[in-house]
Amino acid sequence: MAAAMSLAVLLLLLVGPGCWGHAEHPRDSLREELVITPLPSGDVAATFQFRTRWDSDLQREGDTDHYFLRYAVLPREVVCTENLTPWKKLLPCSSKAGLSVLLKADRLFHTSYHSQAVHIRPICRNAQCTSISWELRQTLSVVFDAFITGQGKKDWSLFRMFSRTLTEACPLASQSLVYVDITGFSQDNGTLEVSPAPSSTYQDVILGTWKTYAVYDLFDTAMINNSRSLNIQLKWKRPPDTEALPVPFLHAQRYVSGYGLQKGELSTLLYNSHPYRAFPVLLLDAVPWYLRLYVHTLTITSKGKENKPSYIHYQPAQDRQQPHLLEMLIQLPANSVTKVSIQFERALLKWTEYTPDPNHGFYVSPSVLSALVPSVVAAKPVDWEGSPLFNTLFPVSDGSSYFVRLYTEPLLVNLPTPDFSMPYNVICLTCTVVAVCYGSFYNLLTRTFHIEEPKSGGLAKRLANLIRRARGVPPL
Amino acid sequence: MGLLSDPVRRRAIARFILRLNTPLCVLSYVAGIAWFLALVFPPLTQRTYMSENAMGSTMVEEQFVGGDRARNFARDFAAHRRKSGSLPVAWLERSMRSVGLEVYTQSFYRKLPFPDETHERYMVSGTNVYGILRAPRAASTESLVLTVPCGPDSTNSQAVGLLLALAAHFRGQIYWAKDIIFLVTEHDLLGTEAWLEAYHDINVTGIQSSPLQGRAGAIQAAVALELSSDVVTSLDVTVEGLNGQLPNLDLLNLFQTFCQKGGLLCTLQGKASGRPHGPHGLFLRYRVEALTLRGINSFRQYKYDLVAVGKALEGMFRKLNHLLERLHQSFFFYLLPALSRFVSIGLYMPAAGFLLLVLGLKALELWMQLHEAGGNPEEAGKAPGPGSPPLAPQGVGLASLMAPLLISQAMGLALYVLPVLGQHIAAQHFPVAEAEAVVLTLLAIYVAGLALPHNTHRVVSSQVPDRGWMALKLVALIYLALQLGCIALTNFSLGFLLAATMVPAAALTKPHGPRPLYAALLVVTSPAVTLLGSLFLWRELQEVPLSLAEGWQLFLTALAQGVLEHYTYGALLFPILALGLYPCWLLFWNVLFWK
Repeated sequence: MAAAMSLAVLLLLLVGPGCWGHAEHPRDSLREELVITPLPSGDVAATFQFRTRWDSDLQREGDTDHYFLRYAVLPREVVCTENLTPWKKLLPCSSKAGLSVLLKADRLFHTSYHSQAVHIRPICRNAQCTSISWELRQTLSVVFDAFITGQGKKDWSLFRMFSRTLTEACPLASQSLVYVDITGFSQDNGTLEVSPAPSSTYQDVILGTWKTYAVYDLFDTAMINNSRSLNIQLKWKRPPDTEALPVPFLHAQRYVSGYGLQKGELSTLLYNSHPYRAFPVLLLDAVPWYLRLYVHTLTITSKGKENKPSYIHYQPAQDRQQPHLLEMLIQLPANSVTKVSIQFERALLKWTEYTPDPNHGFYVSPSVLSALVPSVVAAKPVDWEGSPLFNTLFPVSDGSSYFVRLYTEPLLVNLPTPDFSMPYNVICLTCTVVAVCYGSFYNLLTRTFHIEEPKSGGLAKRLANLIRRARGVPPL
Repeated sequence: MGLLSDPVRRRAIARFILRLNTPLCVLSYVAGIAWFLALVFPPLTQRTYMSENAMGSTMVEEQFVGGDRARNFARDFAAHRRKSGSLPVAWLERSMRSVGLEVYTQSFYRKLPFPDETHERYMVSGTNVYGILRAPRAASTESLVLTVPCGPDSTNSQAVGLLLALAAHFRGQIYWAKDIIFLVTEHDLLGTEAWLEAYHDINVTGIQSSPLQGRAGAIQAAVALELSSDVVTSLDVTVEGLNGQLPNLDLLNLFQTFCQKGGLLCTLQGKASGRPHGPHGLFLRYRVEALTLRGINSFRQYKYDLVAVGKALEGMFRKLNHLLERLHQSFFFYLLPALSRFVSIGLYMPAAGFLLLVLGLKALELWMQLHEAGGNPEEAGKAPGPGSPPLAPQGVGLASLMAPLLISQAMGLALYVLPVLGQHIAAQHFPVAEAEAVVLTLLAIYVAGLALPHNTHRVVSSQVPDRGWMALKLVALIYLALQLGCIALTNFSLGFLLAATMVPAAALTKPHGPRPLYAALLVVTSPAVTLLGSLFLWRELQEVPLSLAEGWQLFLTALAQGVLEHYTYGALLFPILALGLYPCWLLFWNVLFWK
């Protein structure tokens, strides 16, 4: 999709247990893979996943203590090479060999979508979960735009995307694979041609639908040796139909409504485009304290009717200490749009609390939607260790649905901002003058005046009268 | 304040004000007018300068070369428009999608309060089409808008062509940090209003529209474009928006710098009516800085093609794209004698201040006279003796003022409510159309107000005949000064125009002396006649003098437009006149015919 969706560097610390039974596996193992998905719009998405797993003495004790769970979000981060370089250094082969050769900053930041993440979590080493190892998973997703990077051409190759080709696998990796999504293209007379020929194909249920991938194994000597480099090419035989883009079952949109600097409304639209299945969504909102939410105005409507959430957790904000936290479990009816809206009032900050760029507005972090979206095709339970990485970050035991976590766009809200420049001083001064004038005018208008005749003159007059009396002359 | 609390000096000042009142008033009025006229001369006007750091230089290399493409788009658009008779929505969607935008449509429906005869519309339904260019790797928190209104009379096809060509060019660039919304609205301002209300998810004017499917965060700035020829001789910029709101001066500076850079001839127009002079005017309510560019094709020899206009727009958008904050550095209140010169609020407000001072002085005089008349009537005109009783404002008879005040306010309310409410009844009983009925009811109520004094004095009884009208005039003067002050603050041109016309008549009115002369003066300076007069003056300035009948027709349509704009866009001119100035003017009329 050409849509550049919300972008944030996610540091997702999943403390939840990743308990699925499997045998011991080699320590410090690295698996890397690249998934290339040609999109119907002619753009192409590339997702890198690197998984490092190691055993350590740092052990988890019993269950997760929820008292120590924290959720924090930085609503805005402009991602640039400074984010990429340290991220690359975490990889065993850095960017010297294997898939990471392709991570060239000037190409990765020439894309229309960029998402970079680091996930750290403990993994049970056996079924009883008596010992754990740690997993560091680094993911990087980019979407190359046919209009910008492709100069309008919709044919892609690794070289065209990354201006590099693959030459060798990372020697430290236990697995190094490239997947190319050829679902739908392989069946109807081949609208898409992939060259060179893949070493194998892989079929599985990914995000609820049946997908077919062409797989290139970098450890397969035949793959590299022929030409000393692997440059996977995608050629459209028939240009893709750009008119009807597929819509995901769950998507969301968020915006601020209203105008003026006093009140406003946060609205979140949740779309369930599944034709016949309703499913619940957990909506998590953390709103900064300077938007004073009116919780009684919280309305949830779907298809024109009120939709009562089955669970609400609300933690009110404390000024300058903690934000509002609102968590709701909402059932989304089939084929519907649900609108969640809540009104707020904009608080006046102290003048030292404004950011250096107060007129830019203040960011409100995205809502987080977590849902089990019903699948079109029932998936069979699979061996998680054996399946590709891109399928195993959010494992679901139930085959009839798949887990999705969505982040809506962050919002920019303007707060009432004084003009911090010279006019501000002028206003302060004017107000002071007006206040002083008002006070005295009020005083003047409300007071009644009595004219008091001077009783006696000053000291000089009194003295003069004393002398006059002594002389027998009438006093002044 | 010791000066005023000392009774002796107080008396001296009072005597001074009373004696020199008339010369002071004349002086103040003349000073106000002279100050206003002096505003065109350099010491009072400053050269405009860019205050916003992020837009400091014009170091942008414009690369737009899509002139042919724009012309092709424009030709196709015009052809499709002719074929379908309305906005070719499907074609627009297709072309926007083909240049790589995310396309959405929005349909709206609005039943006007009464038929609009100038634009020949009553029940309006239309569709807006907009495409969003998503900024790469950004989170859609901010956006810019380029909008082209397509009205029934202005086809604006070249503007649509240029919009599409610019969209195609912008889509291929990677430097965008803000999303850009390309919006084509139908039924010009109505469509823009519908889109803006839907974008902000509110309903202020009672328009019905489908909700928007796609949004792009907080809109930072907007540019509206009106072009109806392939070549232009100059670009005209209009800044004044709804109710006289102005965009930040920096936006205008930005436009001017790019005009100079591209060697374009740019001009400026402005008026005082409080109606938006372009689709940009509606954006200002949502604190989106916006202006309208209008291509003028006159008989000048040097003409510019669409590439030159496109380059200026490209430059502007690239600079707006650099903005870190909303435009806030420069002035929000200014007058523009020329595109490169401005007068700031601190320099132009004294002109209005001097005019309003006349009202203040008159009020002060009346206040003092009232006190003296109340304290010791036999000594009126002379300074009260030192032993005179305290000058309390008792006995002025505020209760007796309630009747004229309430009656004139009720008249104003009737003027505001009745024409639109009673249009159907009027249309049934008289052989007129609804729109005419509204305007004629308006005038009828307005004129009926003139008969009031003969009815009000029956309710009013006062022992001292003079004190009654003095008190009433005092209240009316203060009321008028307050209103004009507020109007001048928000819409200086309107406020000043009204003050310049209404102040002398208001100051002079009294029930003695040459009454017919005063009455004529009052009628001539009443708001409605001012409107009629300014219409004639406007056409005279445009060198298209009006005949009387034409002027009357134009006056009627102007009234209808004023009422319509209040109901469709929320313009405040009609309620201000009906609920504020007209009752106030009636008070003076009452004073004049006081018995």
